[in-house]
Amino acid sequence: MAKVTLKALRHSYMDDPRTDADWALKTLDVDWQDGGAYALLGPSGCGKTTLLNIISGLLKPTEGQVLFDGKDVTGLPPDQRHIAQVFQFPVVYDTMTVYDNLAFPLRNRGASEADVDARVREIADMLDLTATLDRRAAGLTADGKQKISLGRGLVRSDVNVIMFDEPLTVIDPHLKWQLRSKLKELHQRVRITMIYVTHDQTEALTFADQVVVMNEGQVVQIGTPEELFERPQHTFVGHFIGSPGMNVLPCKIRDGSAVLGGIAVPTSNAARYQGTGHRLEIGVRPEFVDFADDGVPVKITKVSDAGRFRIVDTAHELGRIKLLIGEGREIPSDMAFLRFDPERTQVYADGWIVE
Amino acid sequence: MNKTENQKAWLFVLPVVLLVAFNAIIPLMTVVNYSVQETFGDNTFFWSGVMWFEQVLRSERFHDALGRQLFFTFMILVIEVPLGVAIALAMPRKGPWVSVCLVLMALPLLIPWNVVGAMWNIFALPDIGLLGRMLNGMGFDYNFTRQPFSAWFTLILMDVWHWTSLVVLLTYAGLVSIPDAYYQAAKIDGARSWAILRYIQLPKLKRVLTIAILLRFMDSFNIYTEPFVLTGGGPGNATTLLSIDLVKIALGQFDLGPAAAMSLVYFLIILLLSWIFYTLMMRNEAQQ
Amino acid sequence: MTRFRFLVPTLYILFLMLPIYWLVNMSFKTTNEILGTFTLWPVEFTFENYEKILTDPTWYMGYVNSLIYVSINTVLSVGAALPAAYAFSRYRFVGDKHLFFWLLTNRMAPAAVFALPFFQLYSAVGLFDTHLAVALAHTLFNIPLAVWILEGFMSGVPKELDETAYVDGYSFGRFFVKIFIPTIAAGIGVAAFFCFMFSWVELLLAKTLTAVDAKPIAATMTRTASTSGYELGLLAAAGSLTIIPGAFVIYFVRNYIAKGFALGRV
Repeated sequence: MAKVTLKALRHSYMDDPRTDADWALKTLDVDWQDGGAYALLGPSGCGKTTLLNIISGLLKPTEGQVLFDGKDVTGLPPDQRHIAQVFQFPVVYDTMTVYDNLAFPLRNRGASEADVDARVREIADMLDLTATLDRRAAGLTADGKQKISLGRGLVRSDVNVIMFDEPLTVIDPHLKWQLRSKLKELHQRVRITMIYVTHDQTEALTFADQVVVMNEGQVVQIGTPEELFERPQHTFVGHFIGSPGMNVLPCKIRDGSAVLGGIAVPTSNAARYQGTGHRLEIGVRPEFVDFADDGVPVKITKVSDAGRFRIVDTAHELGRIKLLIGEGREIPSDMAFLRFDPERTQVYADGWIVE
Repeated sequence: MNKTENQKAWLFVLPVVLLVAFNAIIPLMTVVNYSVQETFGDNTFFWSGVMWFEQVLRSERFHDALGRQLFFTFMILVIEVPLGVAIALAMPRKGPWVSVCLVLMALPLLIPWNVVGAMWNIFALPDIGLLGRMLNGMGFDYNFTRQPFSAWFTLILMDVWHWTSLVVLLTYAGLVSIPDAYYQAAKIDGARSWAILRYIQLPKLKRVLTIAILLRFMDSFNIYTEPFVLTGGGPGNATTLLSIDLVKIALGQFDLGPAAAMSLVYFLIILLLSWIFYTLMMRNEAQQ
Repeated sequence: MTRFRFLVPTLYILFLMLPIYWLVNMSFKTTNEILGTFTLWPVEFTFENYEKILTDPTWYMGYVNSLIYVSINTVLSVGAALPAAYAFSRYRFVGDKHLFFWLLTNRMAPAAVFALPFFQLYSAVGLFDTHLAVALAHTLFNIPLAVWILEGFMSGVPKELDETAYVDGYSFGRFFVKIFIPTIAAGIGVAAFFCFMFSWVELLLAKTLTAVDAKPIAATMTRTASTSGYELGLLAAAGSLTIIPGAFVIYFVRNYIAKGFALGRV
């Protein structure tokens, strides 16, 4: 178990990076608490795999340090960092049995056969692999193989961090949730720091205690799923999380209040805005938008049924606004007024929330 | 791999089947035709059944040629395959030297086989060839035109020189196709080089190695031009391999019957051995 | 041990280069000098062999002809082999195992067996002395090779890659071209090179099926073993020149062979 700290970390794949765009990872300072379950969430190319490989030691960062429990491990290779990694595609030793696969990391470190046997059976039991121990690893299905990969990580008792690089990519959809729950259950049991990289928000939000959202090489927000949902610190987080994502519309600030197309809209933070020349936007999630007798004027363009509620698409002169309406409520047919919940409506300057 | 059943896959293989069958069927029919008939050279043919086959299979000459051929093929397989794999493992994976290595190693493969034979012929001559001079200079009594042992040595050396690169190229391509994740996982698991070789590289190379071995086996069994130009089958008939013998019979004596029968017997031997080897190598996959 | 790793390929390449150096050496000598003396460098350095080849149409057209039919054959063989190999790799169908093995059997007979029947066959369809004839004839042994090599590489790519792409919305065509082919690039590079190579050096069938129009270089070279005896210098020069196109081909595909893409990130 270890606390992982990233200090002033920056990485570029090029020999001579000059512009901002040349850096795959822009300056990062992150603390991952001991025993926590974290998700690294972000779109393809945002740098999350780079970050993962830096933490595991498969990649050496251009600048900065990686610390495990305060000890600098930046120069250490993976096998000396006491980490485990589960890859996107199942990596198993085909010619060995499941038992031998699980035993492999222990045997390489010189453990006695008795210890090996005890540990392998313990882990196999945790992962429901006991029935397959004598089978050749190559014969298992994809989810079985991923469990073996995971097992090889768990079997060593000196593991600080387990990292997952989009591990459910090749799993059958109906087995994904099963494996996900298993991972969560495992985390509760062994309490090892787990870092789970994904571009799928459902995976991230259900697995993690804390989510690190990344975009274009930067950490955009770190928080619990609730925090990310209710108070996105960046419009990107608003867009990326939630389905449908947050509504973002350009606005102005007049007398400490946000103004959307001439109409004053109460927000939670407009009064705190100081400064000039920023691109100002107002953000509110569809869940917190409702019809009202007065307020922001819109035209209803589409109503989609999403089961227990409906998604209403509307058009405003400055953009589109979506809102969610529960079943049984009436929806105006043409023109309507919208009201945003002030507590859940924020103003963003250049994408970042105004504090 | 879990293959899905799909009879429409035949459409995918149709072009291949048509092209190959077009070329294969007529010659096959021709050879079978000749092998069961006898002619006295006046273009009339008589059915002779299995007579030629019996004759071929009983002939001492055939047994001798077959024996030499088996020895030759065995030797080159035993040398070329491990050597080729070792070289591929030792080659750099990245960097400027990769291109240099690949191009230089491919050169022997590109020389027409008659030129290969001719150049080795001169190269190995005891008085005017570099190899001949070197070996005799080192104290060996070397003359491949007169001594069967030297002839065999030169023949095998020439083949190793000519064809090992095929094994190298195939193996190398197979090696670089192993995804990085496997090496990364092995690093994390603390595996050492020999373990990586045994548990990751060799298993993943199995298919490629099978192809390389089968190719070398078949091609060496059928080899004709290079040894013919190098030694002519000599001294005497010391290096008369199956193909050389076959052509001697067919052209020299105009005996198409025995020649055809011999071709078929020959073909069946290769077929049988290849099939056995292939089944053995692929038997593991069937279990998955 | 790792420090001596570079020694292995280096020694091997040195071994390969010796006879080639000898070949090039010979190409700059007169036949008299070759047969008469042992010299590491031509005493009478002469370009006459190369001159002969590069100025005599019957010689250099040989190269051109070979290049033409070999190119046709390579494209044809690899092109037909790609879908077939995919089918063998991913699907089960009636007769699949037998078909796969049957393909290989076409490489098991000595070329001599096919010479006469091919002559009759291709004359009958009116393709005698054309580049197409040789290109087609060579598919007999090149297609099985290409299919086997490609299938081997394709089987190393898990089916999950295909399925992930479909889930992500790729059509079969786009998946095949944009994702699958780069993943098996090494296999394609090797297959294409071998098809080129085997067709380029094949002598017997190429000679049998051509007369004048499509006569390949290999056939022209046998002329040197003719009335004037063995014109070794000429043969050596011709042989040296033969290496060049192939060297280009392997240089061209080296990126495919060497890069070996990591398992596709979709």
